[in-house]
Amino acid sequence: MSIQAIEDTKVKAFPAPAEPSKVIAFATKARRRFDPLAIVNKLASTLLPPAVVIVLMLVVWQVACSSPTSSLPPPSQVWNEAYDLIAHPFFDNGPQDIGLAWRVLISLQRVAIGFGLAAIVGVALGALVGQSVWAMRGLDPVFQILRTVPPLAWLPLSLAAFRDSSPSAIFVIFITSIWPVIINTAVGVRNIPEDYRNVSRILRLNQIEFFVKIMVPAAAPYIFTGLRIGIGLSWLAIVAAEMLTGGVGIGFFIWDAWNSSRLPDIIVALAYIGVTGFCLDRLVATVGTFVTRGTTAK
Amino acid sequence: MTAYLKLDHIDKSFARGGQVSEVLKDIRLTIDKGEFVSIIGHSGCGKSTLLNLIAGLTKVSAGAVLLEDKEVDSPGPERAVVFQNHSLLPWLTVYENINLAVSKVFGGTKSRAERHDWIMRNLDLVQMAHAKDKRPAEISGGMKQRVGIARALAMEPKILLLDEPFGALDALTRAHLQDAVMDIHSRLGSTTIMITHDVDEAVLLSDRIVMMTNGPAATIGEVLAVPLARPRRRVELSSDRTFLRCREAVLKFLYERHRFVEAAE
Repeated sequence: MSIQAIEDTKVKAFPAPAEPSKVIAFATKARRRFDPLAIVNKLASTLLPPAVVIVLMLVVWQVACSSPTSSLPPPSQVWNEAYDLIAHPFFDNGPQDIGLAWRVLISLQRVAIGFGLAAIVGVALGALVGQSVWAMRGLDPVFQILRTVPPLAWLPLSLAAFRDSSPSAIFVIFITSIWPVIINTAVGVRNIPEDYRNVSRILRLNQIEFFVKIMVPAAAPYIFTGLRIGIGLSWLAIVAAEMLTGGVGIGFFIWDAWNSSRLPDIIVALAYIGVTGFCLDRLVATVGTFVTRGTTAK
Repeated sequence: MTAYLKLDHIDKSFARGGQVSEVLKDIRLTIDKGEFVSIIGHSGCGKSTLLNLIAGLTKVSAGAVLLEDKEVDSPGPERAVVFQNHSLLPWLTVYENINLAVSKVFGGTKSRAERHDWIMRNLDLVQMAHAKDKRPAEISGGMKQRVGIARALAMEPKILLLDEPFGALDALTRAHLQDAVMDIHSRLGSTTIMITHDVDEAVLLSDRIVMMTNGPAATIGEVLAVPLARPRRRVELSSDRTFLRCREAVLKFLYERHRFVEAAE
């Protein structure tokens, strides 16, 4: 797919469509031919190594934890005892007894609100800090100190301020994920080439036009780096926050399972969290590549 | 008749860390409407600074830039600049890059269809209409510079400012673009100021060549009129006596009377 796309642009990049050289036309044709063997090869080479590693890990884990005195359950026990959770992610048996997928979705909803706010406020503040020397001098030291505060340290304050668990959790996500967005946006804005600024000055773009048409697209690669780090942090924070604030999220589920000694459930939940975090990261990365296509190439 | 563009006793100095360095001193020059003027000088003599002053991108320390008797001290589309490294926005297509300029400059006066026609007309002028949907990364350096010229022309500037527009191009592409610029100048009669360090290019394109002395405190050393008839053709000119005489005059100025001494930097 990507090879095809590159070939396409190469062909189009020729100034005159009149007569592309024969050799190149030939090579393109040869590479475009459908080759099932190559696809199978490619799939095998991407999927096989992680599969082997996972199987090996499961075997080691099984061997290490299979003695009756072992404090942690082996994979076979996890499979047997938590089978309902693994096989039926979407069951719904009343307010506190729901499938893990629902719990993940509820946590994701919180992340969406908290991280969404962080993205909007972060880009705006980052633009301000990157654009104005005085804003940078004033705000940057404050940001640098605040960003090192661990997510959970914000929780008591936030509980005191909002007096409710749900907004507190959202605030913790917000305050955890906003710093990389601010800092990366600021760096991106500071790195906008002087030429782009000159173009906008000659065109007499006003502040808003400059922000929308030059600043955001020019800084987009940096902004998305910040967003990607931010969403990773926010997913870290949600689980921690939910453990303390309660509710029905995936974090609280782990805390609840620990209190009732359901270790297999915790392990299944960990797998859900890991996969979800991975998907979130990939989602932002994919949106980033899509949005910033062409911006990094000179 | 008063001059179209007048540089009136311009000084420019930069203050850096308590030290003031004088870059340009007492620049006096008048340019008529439709004239093609080249500014030539060794690197570091402040010729780009001079262009930025005319563009309004930097402010003069003393003196004034007067366009049609009005002082200009801020940038604007009536003094469009073609930058050395094209400065196209890489996330926009060729068409969108020009559209950004056209919709800003003519947003209130031309309808959507008129703006589209105007963009296409300017792309045609630089023979880039076929690449209108390409992004800058997908076209060659010479093509990017053509689009840069089209974008500047699309602003319908009173003065076109070219900042070493062909400096980053190979010799053949450069010759093509010089021909394109000559062709556009003869068709539109646009007043043009070009910064260059290429003697042949200056003689070939210009009505007058402004030669700068070396910095610090550079000023205009000499102004040479190029009395060659237009249209000019590079092959015929290469043995033309007037051409050779002008070329020699510029070379003498640059390499005998104002030889570039690197140690002076």
